[in-house]
Amino acid sequence: MYFAKEVLEQSSRLRQRWEDEVKKSVSKWADQKPEAQWSTVSDLPIKRLYTPDDIKDMDFERDINYPGQYPYTRGNQVTGYRGKYWTFRMFSGMGDAATTNERWHMLLKEGQTGLSTAFDFPTLMGYDTDSPKARGECGKCGVAIDTLEDFLVLTKGIPLDKITTSMTINPPATALWAMYCAAAEIHGIPLSKIGGTIQNDMLKEFIAQKTLMCPPEPSVKLISDTVEFGTQHVPKWNTISISGYHIREAGATAVQELAFTLRDGMEYVEDVIRRKKLDVDAFGPRLSFFFNAHCDFFEEICKMRAARRIWAKAMKERYKSKDERSWWMRFHTQTAGCSLTAQQPYNNVVRTATQALSAVLGGTQSLHTNSLDEVWCLPSDFAVQIALRTQQIIAEETGAATTIDPLAGSYFVESLTNEMEKQAWEYIHKIDDLGGMVAAIEKGFPQLEISDAAYKFQRQIDSAERIMVGVNKYVSNEKETIPFLEIDDKIETEQIARLQAVRRKRDGKAAMKCLGDLKAACKKGDNVMPFCIEAVKALCSVQEICDVYREVYGEYRDPGLY
Amino acid sequence: MPEAKLTIKHLFPLTGRAHVIGITGSPGAGKSTLTDGLIDCFRKKGKTVGVLAVDPTSPFTGGAILGDRIRMQRHAEDPGVFVRSLATRGALGGLAKAVGDAIHVMDVLGEDIIMVETVGTGQQEVDIINHSHTVLVVLVPGMGDEIQAIKAGILEIADIFIVNKADRDGASKLSRELLAMLDMAPPSAFQGGWRPSIMKVENAFQPESFGKALDDVTTKIEEHYKHLVDKDLIGTRMRRKATVELNEAIRASILEPVLLKLLASGQMEGLIEKVMKKEIDPYTAAEDIAKRYLEGCL
Amino acid sequence: MVAKPGLDGHDRGARVLARCFRDAGYEVIYTGCHQTPEQIVSAAVQEDVDLLGLSCLSGAHRYLYPAVTKLLKDKGADDIMVIGGGIIPEQDFQLMYDAGLKAIFVPGTKLETIVTWINTNVKPRA
Repeated sequence: MYFAKEVLEQSSRLRQRWEDEVKKSVSKWADQKPEAQWSTVSDLPIKRLYTPDDIKDMDFERDINYPGQYPYTRGNQVTGYRGKYWTFRMFSGMGDAATTNERWHMLLKEGQTGLSTAFDFPTLMGYDTDSPKARGECGKCGVAIDTLEDFLVLTKGIPLDKITTSMTINPPATALWAMYCAAAEIHGIPLSKIGGTIQNDMLKEFIAQKTLMCPPEPSVKLISDTVEFGTQHVPKWNTISISGYHIREAGATAVQELAFTLRDGMEYVEDVIRRKKLDVDAFGPRLSFFFNAHCDFFEEICKMRAARRIWAKAMKERYKSKDERSWWMRFHTQTAGCSLTAQQPYNNVVRTATQALSAVLGGTQSLHTNSLDEVWCLPSDFAVQIALRTQQIIAEETGAATTIDPLAGSYFVESLTNEMEKQAWEYIHKIDDLGGMVAAIEKGFPQLEISDAAYKFQRQIDSAERIMVGVNKYVSNEKETIPFLEIDDKIETEQIARLQAVRRKRDGKAAMKCLGDLKAACKKGDNVMPFCIEAVKALCSVQEICDVYREVYGEYRDPGLY
Repeated sequence: MPEAKLTIKHLFPLTGRAHVIGITGSPGAGKSTLTDGLIDCFRKKGKTVGVLAVDPTSPFTGGAILGDRIRMQRHAEDPGVFVRSLATRGALGGLAKAVGDAIHVMDVLGEDIIMVETVGTGQQEVDIINHSHTVLVVLVPGMGDEIQAIKAGILEIADIFIVNKADRDGASKLSRELLAMLDMAPPSAFQGGWRPSIMKVENAFQPESFGKALDDVTTKIEEHYKHLVDKDLIGTRMRRKATVELNEAIRASILEPVLLKLLASGQMEGLIEKVMKKEIDPYTAAEDIAKRYLEGCL
Repeated sequence: MVAKPGLDGHDRGARVLARCFRDAGYEVIYTGCHQTPEQIVSAAVQEDVDLLGLSCLSGAHRYLYPAVTKLLKDKGADDIMVIGGGIIPEQDFQLMYDAGLKAIFVPGTKLETIVTWINTNVKPRA
């Protein structure tokens, strides 16, 4: 019982009067929308008012407790943000390595405290810039990296032992991480000193982001390799960023994002234990997560609190972890790209600000804020600076970082946290029943849930049942011009020339030998990472490494469910 | 459409070369993935392939998602493969004709193999299968595909049963039930002595074993065609197809103009009113129309 | 036909549009992601579509969309109308129109707008 009996009796007694007044008022002045539409953006019904009754069955120790104490609802860190703000980590990449390196230095100068790499599509998909599939794509949505030479230009002047770097890369993660490790070695930095994250979460690729290469089974095997290698050699590295951001962007509801992400995490834990025979606590502390901060302010905060509780329970009870650092759900957040609009783009600054605030109140460890021009192009200097300042203003001016988990105890927030946790567990158990996440993906379950949710949302927008300001309400006919960042088409020609020069200058025989060794390792089931590092040092390209995987493991064919 | 009829009139004498394979089964049975794999197998043997993929029209909106091509799209650049999607477009029987005519066109284009893929839920779809030499019925364990649930028409037309996604629970049970059903059938049910085969195909996500299973299916399909040729049964199949086509064409030639005339002249509306008010029953109305049509005064 | 040329895998819009077009009474084929211009044009010709809609969010539309329209022309199929959507900055619109696209629909466009445009401008071919 969370409240003393007297409190509940008082509340019950006083409630009647409020309900009567509401009835009277509503009969004269009807609510603006029907009951059902007062729901979160994910269609979770929300009541007009929350009271002690809504959380009367909570148990303080079991459900809320203190920061740094199981189940970590109020956060992992005992000191909160007073010890250290969340990392200001802006996702960034554009054109070629030199241009991106410039943007990185600019952001660091402006007060960013961690790096985050956006790669272009050829790199994301494991193709070289001169592949016919890559035509027109070079540098357009991120930085083009073909070989270690590009990577060294990208990281020029960056102290890899002092700053952590996140890399959003999935099928080719082993290759890009190998480049990072090789770059550190070249700068004389031991692997034990480098810190960062590779996204490396293939399950959500099959579900949502669709940078695809090999089928699910071998993809998960490669991920296990990175977890094992990190455990043994790169202890400060987060080898997976188990992601919900993309699942949400693809149209999932908040509960689906929560459930599918955490269930993906569970799938990886089970796979690493089974395949590598590692103890859960050998790698548990280095698993990290990545969530979306969408526009429904309270839903997002509750989602993050529920996520911490679910993960702690899963690790402790389901996987019998003994090390409490494995129970901490540490996460990066990105504000929701899909909530931003092309119309009246300056409104996006406001959206990003409220979303970022919800992430902070939700206790994120690291945050990227989108720029106002997200819907049109890569961020301009002007737009990205505002996005970074948004975080800094929240940190320094709003008081949001002053006290830990300030919304705890709110009847509404605790009630919604509980409800989201409950619904998420239902999904998690459903996926268990389907045979696990890989099996569920093969049956198309999460993909179709997301398609249905995306379709429903679009119908709500089209009928104006759900409002997007500037799009279906408060529309203006005037076009606003904002500065657009353009990536020059000639970057592609220049990058191809660089790549061909590298191929000419390298020891071709040594490169081919490395690829041969990698192939043999794949066939034997050995850990691929040491072979990848040798391969990138011999200046093998991203595609050359990925072609080995394609050859040995086969290429994935999307079942095309929609 | 008049141009379409004219085209078929010209092409018709040239048709009859292709091996037509019908593939049917419930939604979600994995037909398109199978078809995609079979295209591979036939192409490896140097055969050209045409595919007609039929999907249902929404009865509410009249639109349709033609969702089969997406699973075969990797063949889009292969000049030896031609894929065409079709919607059922309502129940007035036009589908069988459209598919039949499309088969003729593909035949004349020189396709060695023509695969017709439909969802086997209605009489129309069973009729379409009548256009085929070899019929594959695809079943999946655990999807309510138990024999009792299948309409009898679908099971009787099968030359080969595919138990797809056979790595799932219930595959063995499904195979056993099919076997029991075949054991109970009188030998006369097997046309020309061909007892339908039951073939298991496992997880499409394991490309090697999937490919091997489909090689076996392709071999069985070719065996069946050889059986038809050896036992001189091609003629029987073609007679059935010709009967269906002729019936369909006669129906179209006579019924369509009559209906159009009745609609255009407003007579149809009047008759509907009368039937609603029970002033006339449908049979008497039809007899009267037939009489007037034959007398040329409709 | 709704098609996604290039390496971009962001297919939420394409999938939602496919369903919405079905609701509007059209017959829709969605090609899936990661299609080359050659694959798209071959499919459009085989399916004899009335309208081809291209979706790309990676910024590679500047090469990909004109590549599709040029191939359609080479195959004598430029009577198939082409429209485009995705992440396309305004300064690229003219380039797209010059390449033969008949309309561009940016994020936030109401479905009703697209359907009205199609019903007004696209006639079923034959």
